[in-house]
Amino acid sequence: MSERFLITGATLPGGERADILLDGGIIAGVGSIADASGATVVDAAGLIALPGLVDLHTHLREPGYEQSETVLTGTQAAAAGGFTAVFAMANTFPVADTAGVVEQEASLGRTAGYATVQPIGAVTVGLKGEQLAELGAMARSRANVRVFSDDGFCVSDPLLMRRALEYVKAFDGVIAQHAQEPRLTEGAQMNEGALSGELGLTGWPAVAEESIIARDVLLAEHVGSRLHVCHVSTAGSVEVIRWAKARGIDVTAEVTPHHLLLTEDLIAGYDPRFKVNPPLRRAEDVEALRAALADGTIDIVATDHAPHPVEAKESEWQAAANGMVGLESALAVVHAAVVETGLMNWADVARVMSSAPARIGRLHGHGESVAVGAAPELTLYDPAAASEFDLDRLAGRSTNSPYLGRRLPGRVVATFHGGYPTFLDGAVRPLDEVARNAASALGVVHG
Amino acid sequence: MARAVLSQADISRALTRISHEILESNRGSSDLVILGIPTRGVILARRIAETIARIEPDAAPPPAGALDVTMYRDDLTRTRTRTPQPTELPAGGIDGKTVVLVDDVLFSGRTIRAAFDALNDLGRARAVRLAVLVDRGHREFPIRADFVGKNLPSSTRERINVRLAEIDGDDAVAIDDTVAAEGGEA
Amino acid sequence: MRHLLSTRELSREQAIELLDIAEDMAAVQEREVKKLPTLRGKTVVNLFFEDSTRTRISFEAAAKRLSADVINFSAKGSSVSKGESLKDTAQTLQAMGADGVVIRHHASGAPYTLATSGWIDAGVVNAGDGTHEHPTQALLDAFTMRRRLHGAASRGRALDGVHVVIVGDVLHSRVARSNVWLLATLGAEVELVAPPTLVPVDTTTWPARVGYDLDAALSGTPDVVMMLRIQAERMHAAFFPNSREYARTWGLDDARFDALPPSTMVMHPGPMNRGLEIAARAADSPQSTVREQVANGVSVRMAALYLLMSGERGDA
Repeated sequence: MSERFLITGATLPGGERADILLDGGIIAGVGSIADASGATVVDAAGLIALPGLVDLHTHLREPGYEQSETVLTGTQAAAAGGFTAVFAMANTFPVADTAGVVEQEASLGRTAGYATVQPIGAVTVGLKGEQLAELGAMARSRANVRVFSDDGFCVSDPLLMRRALEYVKAFDGVIAQHAQEPRLTEGAQMNEGALSGELGLTGWPAVAEESIIARDVLLAEHVGSRLHVCHVSTAGSVEVIRWAKARGIDVTAEVTPHHLLLTEDLIAGYDPRFKVNPPLRRAEDVEALRAALADGTIDIVATDHAPHPVEAKESEWQAAANGMVGLESALAVVHAAVVETGLMNWADVARVMSSAPARIGRLHGHGESVAVGAAPELTLYDPAAASEFDLDRLAGRSTNSPYLGRRLPGRVVATFHGGYPTFLDGAVRPLDEVARNAASALGVVHG
Repeated sequence: MARAVLSQADISRALTRISHEILESNRGSSDLVILGIPTRGVILARRIAETIARIEPDAAPPPAGALDVTMYRDDLTRTRTRTPQPTELPAGGIDGKTVVLVDDVLFSGRTIRAAFDALNDLGRARAVRLAVLVDRGHREFPIRADFVGKNLPSSTRERINVRLAEIDGDDAVAIDDTVAAEGGEA
Repeated sequence: MRHLLSTRELSREQAIELLDIAEDMAAVQEREVKKLPTLRGKTVVNLFFEDSTRTRISFEAAAKRLSADVINFSAKGSSVSKGESLKDTAQTLQAMGADGVVIRHHASGAPYTLATSGWIDAGVVNAGDGTHEHPTQALLDAFTMRRRLHGAASRGRALDGVHVVIVGDVLHSRVARSNVWLLATLGAEVELVAPPTLVPVDTTTWPARVGYDLDAALSGTPDVVMMLRIQAERMHAAFFPNSREYARTWGLDDARFDALPPSTMVMHPGPMNRGLEIAARAADSPQSTVREQVANGVSVRMAALYLLMSGERGDA
């Protein structure tokens, strides 16, 4: 018998106040609920209730790089950030390029129970960009893969990209491209511009991203396929995508929280916490990305949560690894970047961080509006809890967050996944409790 | 509170007396080199050399110069970074000469100790003498001045403030009743 | 001064003070006893992740003439080349009691990381980091210019109005970057001349003019022409077609050299590629300051080590 939760006095994304009753496998009530005997009451006065967040771009590192993150620790980080589903990128070891690996990842996620883990399959064998991976087998596997990406590497061969785009049409798949022209970014260390010249760091030109996106949208148009662009980072990329959408090309795009908030100026101290791929760009790019997210040119926010062990960042800039953890901070950063600035409201946030990513990834049972009968995936966020982001807020295995020591405007208070809490009162729920609830919830669904 | 102890006339008389004493002990001005320790010792050295030239108008005036001891100090990592000043030796150098070191205030003796090391690296003087405008006591080394303008017993809490016209606009020596700082004292 | 990481962060007063102290150090170099006891008991580590015998020897001479103990730590053939991190190396030096670390590194910003990481208490001197900065080289260049222009009256002076043309691979040159910032801080007028491929794409924040025509720049009768070393491997990365074309277009050949007024200084940070960026006649002429630059390097580095390693720890 699963526990019932009555969330009282929450503010829904549209602004109305409501109580929400979670009863096992569904949202059983939304509105003024006086009588819910036996339910655990969660006081949500002043909190915003969002549909559980969905991240289309997470690196869980398992199998292969468990010193950075595991499916368990990564989904704990997700819970702490208000996420109830994460799409796990394919650059594990072994690479997620076969049905076996993606099924294993999905199953680890189900057992842990902190969030739905939806594997992303590699486009090419070993991410090597030479030969298509078994896309069909992964699509038909129990992991039900619909998103394919060589993220970390660009599918730079135009013919291979064309074939991949065409091939996944057979099962409504999408290619999520890491747009980075490899020759133009050899040895690249930071955004190419005035600052890279001053700091003597090899430039990472915007054109290396924009030229690939331009090529890919034209390919997608030509073969009539669906394209998703990972971590858009430049104003020029926004223009290309805007043009493509106006032309009717079936392209979607994501932006990371850090590209919505941070700029290249932070690199002046050579602090490797700010080293990321694609690199932090100029303030003009940040402005353009925010505007594009607000006007729908960019469809979603995705974290590109990229955990690294301490030693990978404790070094000179050039030797440091690219990447930032982002799950735990994502919602507060989006709050700071586009809500506090008046560009978007909480309904928009629910769209770009929950419903749209679920739709792009063809993930069912997530991203549904907070309404009676919807899947019981819910996030409670306190938009008035401004505080300094510190290590206590990080729930994953790695601490390479660029926000440590930075003031963020709010914080996640609770996350419900499958009708049970994975994160409550600012703390990740215990392993055994969550695993037990997960097993029981599966029983409800399948029973 | 500052208390005046030497006026311009007092300073002038003291330097004249020191100049006479130097000439007397050296039996004239030959082979003398007057080296001041920056900053105010250099001014005093120049004044002494000029006074000697006036007293002995027929002899060649004794050369004056500057001996910076910054790089020889024993307290370089104990205080703020000191900016060294130029060392200026007369053309003939110091080998075989009688060098008169000149400083404004003689205190612990550490500056003079450093000056001996500095001199040693510049050559071999025949003899080294020391002239100071003020000797305030509190020696930490077995060093004694040969020529003293004024003995001024003082508390370590006090600060001896030497003003010279070339740098400070007027000539005066005063005692400031504050915790001793290091500037201008040795 | 706690560290010397770049010329960009030097104020005009700091730069002039350092150059003035270098004058005092130069005077010591002219004495019979060339050694000062200043840094007796201190340890300077030359931490070289990149080979540079000239720079290392210059720093070694500077430290020894200040009576410091010198440890040369070459990353080649040591544990560093076997994957030891900068952090581990720094902690080793800390345990050994290094008071000053002179670091040459192939990665831009590595000295910055070393100085700000908290791994080590020692003062850090950047002896060249990647394509970022080489501050003591720029300081010795400025020192050399000031001495040629003002001789014994150099103390206290800057380089106001001095017209300097820097020619060559600006993109990859830490010497050029350090000179641009320092010379501008000292009031000089800096002009960069290079093939467009060898200039950063955006130099709008640099206090320097950028041009592509060497003859046009030289016709402005600069006070100083500084030729940068061009590395042959650049032509393989399509920065320019071949060395002949480079020498013809951007080299200080005999004809260009002969057209300069005799008062124009010719500088080169060394080592030179004679016949490529600079003709032998220009390099060996009385206008060339190449040998003075080497001698002045020791004085400038003595001044830098003195400023970093004297004074109380934590003294800004």
